[in-house]
Amino acid sequence: MRQNKTAQRYLVNFLAVAILLIASVIISVTGGNTIKLKIVPSVWQCCYLIIMAASLNLVLGFLGQLSLGHCGFMAVGAYAAALISLAFQRSGFYDEKSGAAFILVVLISFIAAGLLAAVLGLLVGIPALRLKGDYLAIITLGFGMIIVNLINNIPFCGQQGLSQGAASSALYANGLGFSNDEKMKYMWLGVLAVILCMTVMFMFVRSKYGRIIRAIRDNEIAASASGINVSFYKVMTFAFSAFFAGVAGALYSCCNSALATTSFAFTNGSILNSVFIVVMVVIGGMGSLTGSVVAAIGMFFLNYTIKNGAWVNALPAFLQGIFTYPMLVYSLALIVVIMFRPRGILGTSEFALCDIPQWPSRIKKHFSRKKEVTEKREEGAANE
Amino acid sequence: MITFIQFLITGLRLGSVYALIALGYTMVYGIIKLINFAHGDFIMVGGYTLYFTIPIMMKMGLPGWTAVILAVIVCACVGMLVELLAYRPVRKKGTNLTALITAIAMSFVLENLAQAIPAIGPDPRVPYTLFTQTITVGGVSISSATIITIIVSALVMIALFLFTQKTRIGRAMRCVSEDKQAAVLMGINVNRTIITTFAIGAGLAAIAALMYIAQYPKIYTTMGATLGIYAFVAAVLGGIGSLPGAMLGGMVIGIVQSATNTYISSSMSDTFVYLILIIVLMIKPAGILGKNVGEKV
Repeated sequence: MRQNKTAQRYLVNFLAVAILLIASVIISVTGGNTIKLKIVPSVWQCCYLIIMAASLNLVLGFLGQLSLGHCGFMAVGAYAAALISLAFQRSGFYDEKSGAAFILVVLISFIAAGLLAAVLGLLVGIPALRLKGDYLAIITLGFGMIIVNLINNIPFCGQQGLSQGAASSALYANGLGFSNDEKMKYMWLGVLAVILCMTVMFMFVRSKYGRIIRAIRDNEIAASASGINVSFYKVMTFAFSAFFAGVAGALYSCCNSALATTSFAFTNGSILNSVFIVVMVVIGGMGSLTGSVVAAIGMFFLNYTIKNGAWVNALPAFLQGIFTYPMLVYSLALIVVIMFRPRGILGTSEFALCDIPQWPSRIKKHFSRKKEVTEKREEGAANE
Repeated sequence: MITFIQFLITGLRLGSVYALIALGYTMVYGIIKLINFAHGDFIMVGGYTLYFTIPIMMKMGLPGWTAVILAVIVCACVGMLVELLAYRPVRKKGTNLTALITAIAMSFVLENLAQAIPAIGPDPRVPYTLFTQTITVGGVSISSATIITIIVSALVMIALFLFTQKTRIGRAMRCVSEDKQAAVLMGINVNRTIITTFAIGAGLAAIAALMYIAQYPKIYTTMGATLGIYAFVAAVLGGIGSLPGAMLGGMVIGIVQSATNTYISSSMSDTFVYLILIIVLMIKPAGILGKNVGEKV
């Protein structure tokens, strides 16, 4: 019976994902101008944010190690994908951004970006993961900074992005950078990449490796006492997560006309930086991949509506001042979430579509249990 | 030779500022094992306070640097508020990881809150410059700000060392950092000790702010972020939790930065700073002067 139910749940989720993919294809074929200008770019941004958040969650939520340089791997992926596609374009492998040859180049550059980031993750992870906790956070921060700094100093990448370097043509005209038309045409590509990455990550988390890294998170000493090679699994997870960060970087270079290293810094004014990704993971739930997906989409739309929405203008003046600096809102939200739910909103639980009908009763149960506990406590206090 | 001496002096001066900030990091880490990411932003708070108070002090006929007393008070209050409002509730419930994330979030709150306040505003401000005289010795020109910076940070360091070694509160701090539960049993008010540490650390940041704006007269809301990260690297480098370590780390970082700026390229200085950090952490994970503590099962 239970087996049946699990199969049923997987089937429902699979169907939902399939519908999502088909819908994205349909939209990209039939959509009008509004969709092209407003929705499609947002979908692309969500795509790479989702992969970023989920991949960081592998390290932060499932392995329990805070990495503050995750965007460094993304930067490597973005630059690798952009340069590879430019190289193919220069060699005359494809002329226009269409046809089978182009799709092949896109796929190659995605995979190459991921692999390069993974190799770098391995190189960073082997020394860095000897350290724990705060020290690890700092050393990953340092590596992230070094990566960005080195990219800045490589002549063909350049400070101002590729367009200023020796590879002197903008991505927009050549390479990967999609115009709005192409973003629309290839929206299925982004959605497909997200679905594939998420599937692989889910399989990883559900596999024996996933169990092992969760054991490491819960108690490292106990895990190593049970015969788990802790450093091997740590480095492996780190490299695995860096792979997806690289793919996210490739997606990023698809939907931007130019690359600049400031986008991948530890902090900056925009939505993409290492800290913001941490915010997404924590709010979604450390140890919940679906939580990361929801948080990435939610945070993106929050950011989008704060920047573009009319509701901000309807607020009183002093609140408007706050919303001019959305990072203030996010970080306050982060602190509040951590105070009340230290493991994030979803905690370590994943949600399935089948569970939605049970939500009201669960929430009710949650609160009534809390009430019971407090009542008991009060009783206890009274008895004493 | 003159370039060499010049770079050494610049490095020492930069290093002294880093050391002052790193002392704050180290003290807080020593006592609650938390990297206070918001510490860098206390410098920003101190900087803006100085921006407003230096003219007032000048008007009252006092020398401009006396404004630092007010800045220290304001910074100490902000430090205590941060501890009370954010860190203490989280520390009660969460793990080290959640506390660290809270610290990062707190840093963003301070930065962005400063931007949202109209009087402080998003635009950079230029403060009144202090200590402008320059002394030339044998072809090497040294500004008086440099000398004052180095001397003041050395004095603060000595005072702080004596404070932690000789006074009652200092002893309480060392007890709490060694063993919190035992400290409670010895009748030490742990929470009060922690909050005192925050106040002192933030106060040091205000002094650092005075030194920093004497060097680079520009105040902006994110000035603490990069400065804080460098100082933090200095604290880790010297061995976090150790006061002489913070001083040593600050000096090393300052000299490395100034050496890269002079001899290689200013855009590569980040890389070298972090490279040194990584090498030190690889060889001696607890930092140069830090004690290596094994984990008990």
